[in-house]
Amino acid sequence: MDEANMRVDRTSKSDSERRLSTLVRHLGASCSPSHTSISTERFENSKISLSPMAAFGSVFANVVQAPEDPILGVTVAYNKDPSPLKVNLGVGAYRTEEGKPLVLNVVKKAEQSLINDPSRFKEYLPITGLAEFNKLSAKLIFGADSPAIQENRVATVQCLSGTGSLRVGGEFLAKHYHERSIYIPVPTWGNHPKVFMMAGLKPMSYRYYDPSTRGLDFQGLVEDLSAAPEGSIVLLHACAHNPTGVDPTPEQWEQIRQLLRSRSLLPFFDSAYQGFASGSLDKDAHSVRLFVADGGELLMAQSYAKNMGLYGERVGALSIVCKSADVAGKVESQLKLVIRPMYSNPPLHGASIVATILRSPELYHEWTVELKAMADRIISMRQELFNALQAKGTPGDWSHIIKQIGMFTFTGLNKEQVAFMTREYHIYMTSDGRISMAGLNSKNLPQLADAIHAAVTTM
Amino acid sequence: MQAQTRLNLSLLHQDQALFSPHLFLVTLVITPTRTVLFNYSLSQKRTLYLNLAFSSKLQFSARENTERKRRRTRGTKMAFRAMISSRATQQSKWVPSAGVARQMSSWFGHVEPAAKDPILGVTEAFLADPSPDKVNVGVGAYRDDNGKPVVLECVREAERRIAGNLNMEYLPMGGSSHMIEESLKLAYGEDSDFIKDKRIAAVQALSGTGACRLFADFQKRFLPDSQIYIPVPTWANHHNIWRDARVPQNMFRYYHAETKGLDFSSLMEDIKNAPNGSFFLLHACAHNPTGVDPSEEQWREISHLFKSKNHFPLFDMAYQGFASGDPERDAKAIRIFLDDGHLIGCAQSFAKNMGLYGQRAGCLSILCDNEMEAVAVKSQLQQLGRPMYSNPPVHGALIVSTILGDPELKKLWLQEVKGMADRIIGMRTTLRENLEKLGSPLSWEHITNQIGMFCYSGMSPEQVDRLTNEYHIYMTRNGRISMAGVTTGNVGYLANAIHEVTK
Repeated sequence: MDEANMRVDRTSKSDSERRLSTLVRHLGASCSPSHTSISTERFENSKISLSPMAAFGSVFANVVQAPEDPILGVTVAYNKDPSPLKVNLGVGAYRTEEGKPLVLNVVKKAEQSLINDPSRFKEYLPITGLAEFNKLSAKLIFGADSPAIQENRVATVQCLSGTGSLRVGGEFLAKHYHERSIYIPVPTWGNHPKVFMMAGLKPMSYRYYDPSTRGLDFQGLVEDLSAAPEGSIVLLHACAHNPTGVDPTPEQWEQIRQLLRSRSLLPFFDSAYQGFASGSLDKDAHSVRLFVADGGELLMAQSYAKNMGLYGERVGALSIVCKSADVAGKVESQLKLVIRPMYSNPPLHGASIVATILRSPELYHEWTVELKAMADRIISMRQELFNALQAKGTPGDWSHIIKQIGMFTFTGLNKEQVAFMTREYHIYMTSDGRISMAGLNSKNLPQLADAIHAAVTTM
Repeated sequence: MQAQTRLNLSLLHQDQALFSPHLFLVTLVITPTRTVLFNYSLSQKRTLYLNLAFSSKLQFSARENTERKRRRTRGTKMAFRAMISSRATQQSKWVPSAGVARQMSSWFGHVEPAAKDPILGVTEAFLADPSPDKVNVGVGAYRDDNGKPVVLECVREAERRIAGNLNMEYLPMGGSSHMIEESLKLAYGEDSDFIKDKRIAAVQALSGTGACRLFADFQKRFLPDSQIYIPVPTWANHHNIWRDARVPQNMFRYYHAETKGLDFSSLMEDIKNAPNGSFFLLHACAHNPTGVDPSEEQWREISHLFKSKNHFPLFDMAYQGFASGDPERDAKAIRIFLDDGHLIGCAQSFAKNMGLYGQRAGCLSILCDNEMEAVAVKSQLQQLGRPMYSNPPVHGALIVSTILGDPELKKLWLQEVKGMADRIIGMRTTLRENLEKLGSPLSWEHITNQIGMFCYSGMSPEQVDRLTNEYHIYMTRNGRISMAGVTTGNVGYLANAIHEVTK
């Protein structure tokens, strides 16, 4: 509301400013005593001392303020709220039972060993990133015994977390693939369409979530993907679909695989929650490995933001599984040309931490234990929330809370109900009704249950 | 894109094209950049040509070049035919065989192997060389006198303070506000009124590359009809950045091949001839690759001319502190423009001056008319970062803000950066003296006239190839020497080799 008014004021103000500066420009060029002519010989004698306001005005004066990012904006609003009762269930960042962010022990250990190693330098990584990190990442998602890896058919490049991997993959496809359309599930992570549009692809949609069952609209998915032009790209969430938490069953994944392969649709996997969803790294990679096993090609965007808690370090990898080692080599060389004009080479620190952990059997094992603990805490929060709503007798079927998987629950609440919960109960979540289970703990869970109950019964 | 690539491959790497006007013009037609070349002399065209060649993805190693020369003639004829008969600059459409029950062949089988990056590819080749005499004066990364990379003490101390004490949560989209604050003080001045008045829209960026790319994307979105004027020559990746942002490029004359200094009159002429309100990319200090900077007086004249033409200057400052040893002095050009009332843009990098290369720490700032506009512009810059990487990496930002925010650490940093700059200045003197002692007939005073990490030696690509093939000395083919790779241990060897190939 305030922003709209501000924008109106800004427009009128900059209009008059623009008129003023145009005037100044016309008058100043001929009248200002210190500004005589453009010819260079004058400059030895004159000294131009125009004040900034007498200058021509900014070339960016017409830039309007962008709206807050719908997801990251939730945290901004949360931070502004003075209430001690506020709960942030917006961005998908893990919180402990005490509501604190968590740096995994294994990450702290890895960091210490990096700091204490005096032989380590901070030189530029190659454009493709840390080589060891790339190999280990591919093994993590595809499996160490994956035929694609053994046959050197995988081109892997380090990228800036999931976002960066999606963007680089998208730009590569826009340059080298014959189809521009990318089919994206409805709903999906808010940033997906923007990433692919900026990359030069054309986002299309396929049905995914069924609001009436709060589960997968498998029929709709099959229909839409069957109608997609041959060769189209299809974005698939490897596990723990964001925002709905609704995943296909293994049988459904097999049917999806057959459908995609029979229509030569190119799969582009987004894996942001491997290990985080079920607690098992291998289980959460099942869908991806199914596709790799049939010998076909695919793209895979991997993120270590959540499963290793490396959020701000921006660690991820893009892998492209190709038909042959020769093709993989050429693809890797072209990926470099996408990356170089974007940021030259990826950041070193996070990838070094990941490599340190993945290469050491002890640290790796320790990581799997910590990872499972995070996943288990979330699963228990789901159960508790479901139990609380049952106990209150909140109208509606809430079983989707325990059926959905991963960090998020798609509550099914609408925009008005969400606004109500924010206003009255200081619960912060995205307006599509998505809550981050990671932000819940035994202290704030009752408050959330109350808020949901109130929202559903009064609105 | 395919057709365009093939065309470029066959045309741009024929050295004969340097002296063949119509082939050269064809090159102009098919490259994505537009150029204003009519006033240029042959040697200026050559410099421009080299720069264009290096800027595209088409720089090959010496060995690859010999191979490609063989295929050249046929390629030229094909290319001409292709250019005349088709719209060569459009992306080719590739139609797969329809109705395939199961994918029989690769989707990406048609993908051409990309040529190595001209700069980063040099290091790759260097690493692969088994010779014990090899010298790497290619990429601009600082080395100490033993040829070893350096992690500054202030950085190690900052890291010790950071490790284990802080979480790794997402930074805001615009990055670390503490780091941005410190970066702005460094560029605009500790007591800058612009900072106090909150008139600077600034976001943390992925080092210098990321800052330039964000600006280019911003320029494309909000001033879609604008172009960018880029100096000849410039860092090769500048061309890639504005090309991928789809902002058309123009050139302005900068380097004077005859004097190996600044071509000031041509520079001023090109600034004057550019349409009012054009966007210019300026190297704030230690021009890359030439090391040739305008004098303070020349910067003042440039600023005056910019004012009357209402041009927008984007300063790329990758070497603040590294050039003269004094960050305040290295920011002089920017301060002159600010005093003259310009609204500037500034891309800052901490890769070299803090040795944070791989951490990708940088900042993009745009000085606006007022605070509200700065808020708007910043919000839009964030919107461009979000679909690229969501939010920037935290580690490098923490190091920068820890060092610059602590008076003791900042003092240490200033000492260390001066130490690096002094060593390089010393090596310039030594290299020049060695060449003069060897009795080289050429003038080498440009080695000490130029400033910063790089020296534009004036050697031709063929001479560089000889240095690589015969002496295992690695540098970019435009004759750019990274002085940071020169040590008391190899300066004699280097001088001798240069003398041998240039005499």
